[in-house]
Amino acid sequence: MVERRTLFGRLLPHLVLLAGVAVVAFPVYLAVVGSTHESAVIANGQMPLYPGAQAADTYYRTLFIGPGRTTREPVSGMLLNSFLMAMIIAVGKIAISILSAYAVVYFRFPLRMAAFWMIFVTLMLPVEVRIYPTYKVVADLGMLDSMAGLTLPLIASATATLLFRQFFMTVPDELVEASKIDGAGPFRFFKDTLLPLSRTNMAALFVILFIYGWNQYLWPLLITTRDDMQTIVIGIKKMIVTSDALTEWQIVMATAVLAMLPPVLVVVLMQKLFVRGLVETEK
Amino acid sequence: MASVTLTDVRKVYHGGVEAVRGVSFDVADGSFCVLVGPSGCGKSTLLRMVAGLETISGGTVRIGDRVVNDIEPSERDIAMVFQNYALYPHMSVYDNMAYGLRNRGTPKAEIDQRVREAARILDVEPYLDRRPKALSGGQRQRVAMGRAIVRKPQVFLFDEPLSNLDAKLRVQMRVEIKRLQRALGVTSLYVTHDQVEAMTLSDLLVVMNGGRVEQIGTPTELYRRPATRFVAGFIGSPAMNFLAGRIENEGTVTIDGHRIALGTPARGMLPGAAVEVGLRPEDLQLANGGGAQLSMEVEFVEELGATRLLHGRSAGGAITVQVPAAETRSSGTLGLAIDPALVHLFDPADGRRAGMAG
Ligand SMILES: Nc1ncnc2c1ncn2[C@@H]1O[C@H](COP(=O)(O)OP(=O)(O)OP(=O)(O)O)[C@@H](O)[C@H]1O
Ligand SMILES: [Mg+2]
Repeated sequence: MVERRTLFGRLLPHLVLLAGVAVVAFPVYLAVVGSTHESAVIANGQMPLYPGAQAADTYYRTLFIGPGRTTREPVSGMLLNSFLMAMIIAVGKIAISILSAYAVVYFRFPLRMAAFWMIFVTLMLPVEVRIYPTYKVVADLGMLDSMAGLTLPLIASATATLLFRQFFMTVPDELVEASKIDGAGPFRFFKDTLLPLSRTNMAALFVILFIYGWNQYLWPLLITTRDDMQTIVIGIKKMIVTSDALTEWQIVMATAVLAMLPPVLVVVLMQKLFVRGLVETEK
Repeated sequence: MASVTLTDVRKVYHGGVEAVRGVSFDVADGSFCVLVGPSGCGKSTLLRMVAGLETISGGTVRIGDRVVNDIEPSERDIAMVFQNYALYPHMSVYDNMAYGLRNRGTPKAEIDQRVREAARILDVEPYLDRRPKALSGGQRQRVAMGRAIVRKPQVFLFDEPLSNLDAKLRVQMRVEIKRLQRALGVTSLYVTHDQVEAMTLSDLLVVMNGGRVEQIGTPTELYRRPATRFVAGFIGSPAMNFLAGRIENEGTVTIDGHRIALGTPARGMLPGAAVEVGLRPEDLQLANGGGAQLSMEVEFVEELGATRLLHGRSAGGAITVQVPAAETRSSGTLGLAIDPALVHLFDPADGRRAGMAG
């Protein structure tokens, strides 16, 4: 389809894309702007569209002191909690699922397919569905208000297991056989061949799972009560109180901006690997 | 070095597929054995049992004087070259060759020395730091060979190692494999379905069909005296012609009334019995003057440069004749002269070489 397009015809796609970007970017811009004004300015209901002068002060207070009137927790602690939770969930999910996929694909053991189907079926049972029994178990194990309670129930992952299984099935059998002849046992084959080949897949999954962990809301809300166990997503919610007068909006905005940064950083830093993991099959 | 001895080896896959049904043969130390046969005849299965990649359902496999049925592949002192090369994609050429040695705990200096020597022999020195992805098919093939030779194994196993290469490269690598095997003197088992590869490479040629061995021998033996119609049709290119005939007496067969003399008497065959008369295209000659025993109607001609193939019909069935390029006759009805010593007879009932035993 080679056609001479008019100026308008060439501009139109860009206009549509720009409109899309604006819709996505405007709220983010508002949050950034909001975090640079004094509390009173926003509380007045006059949200300015230009940056104010309070940025340094607001971010300092947000990170190290916390909103004076509501939660009083510095956001740096929440950031750390969220970061730890997202990391543990992402790394844990990848570790567990790559091992289970390895077992399901490369070993013959009794009830292998049964195990596979059981993993598969849990796809239908996300946290929200099994939240009561899961809460009960975690509570009985005494893991409320702990990092373990926050992350363990979220680590098992059928999706990641399935993805690794699909990938392993595309690895030629001859590689396993060549490894056997080269004297590499199951562990060596996993470490020397399968892991390096899965690198890009792991990177792609890591990005997705880190963001999944970072964005968790319902589960941390249930499981954490202590302020120092709070994640940043919960923290934002708690900063907003019904009475507008008490809400320090500039700090809420700053927290929102801070909450966006780590996922963005992860995506940006891992983008090259991430894209390769999605498109490339390096064999 | 070591010989390889198979005794009544069988393989039944899960689900009851009998891929190999009792195969016995013996590959002498240092010789080159080629397994050849049509697709699905069980060649790969047999080779993989020798490698230890497939369990052995029955019989024994010996390497040297050691029964290896229950020994791990890495302990069998073998090296294998796969059809798709099976190089580790994430490792450099150097690491691909060194990997097996490292796993065995060979000292670093020795690994380095062996890898560099193999690279030199195989002409892949400039690529040692590259990934397999950045190599051509022929270069990958060499690296796969290199991976095999650095291990200094007792036995080389090849499963159709050349079938992913283009025709020219295939011929070149074939010669190289043969030269290398001669130089190293390593006992080799080589699977192919290419009969030219089979003829040119082998000291010992094993023709398989349906999980069984049809015939074992040197390439010349199999070409000159095929034991079955199957072997006769498989070995030799273009393939042998088979014409329906009848025994007239010990010294003569007839094809649709045309009498053909036999070099060796057809002992033990009753006059009137049906036989298949096998005639190789290259053994047939166009008759000069009155010497024709058979005639053919030429239908079309294939030009091969040095020779020419005349395809057509004759009494008893379709026939192909190979004539030198200088031959001017290539159409119409042509008389054929047949050397009695080069007539093969097969029993149509079981396909065995008939009558002319001994
Ligand atoms: N894993 C398996 N399970 C069941 N049957 C199998 C298996 N592998 C091979 N077979 C069957 O065993 C028979 C022999 O297979 P094999 O791979 O040895 O053939 P081959 O002679 O190497 O053929 P090709 O020239 O096509 O490679 C075939 O009928 C095949 O379908
Ligand atoms: Mg095969």
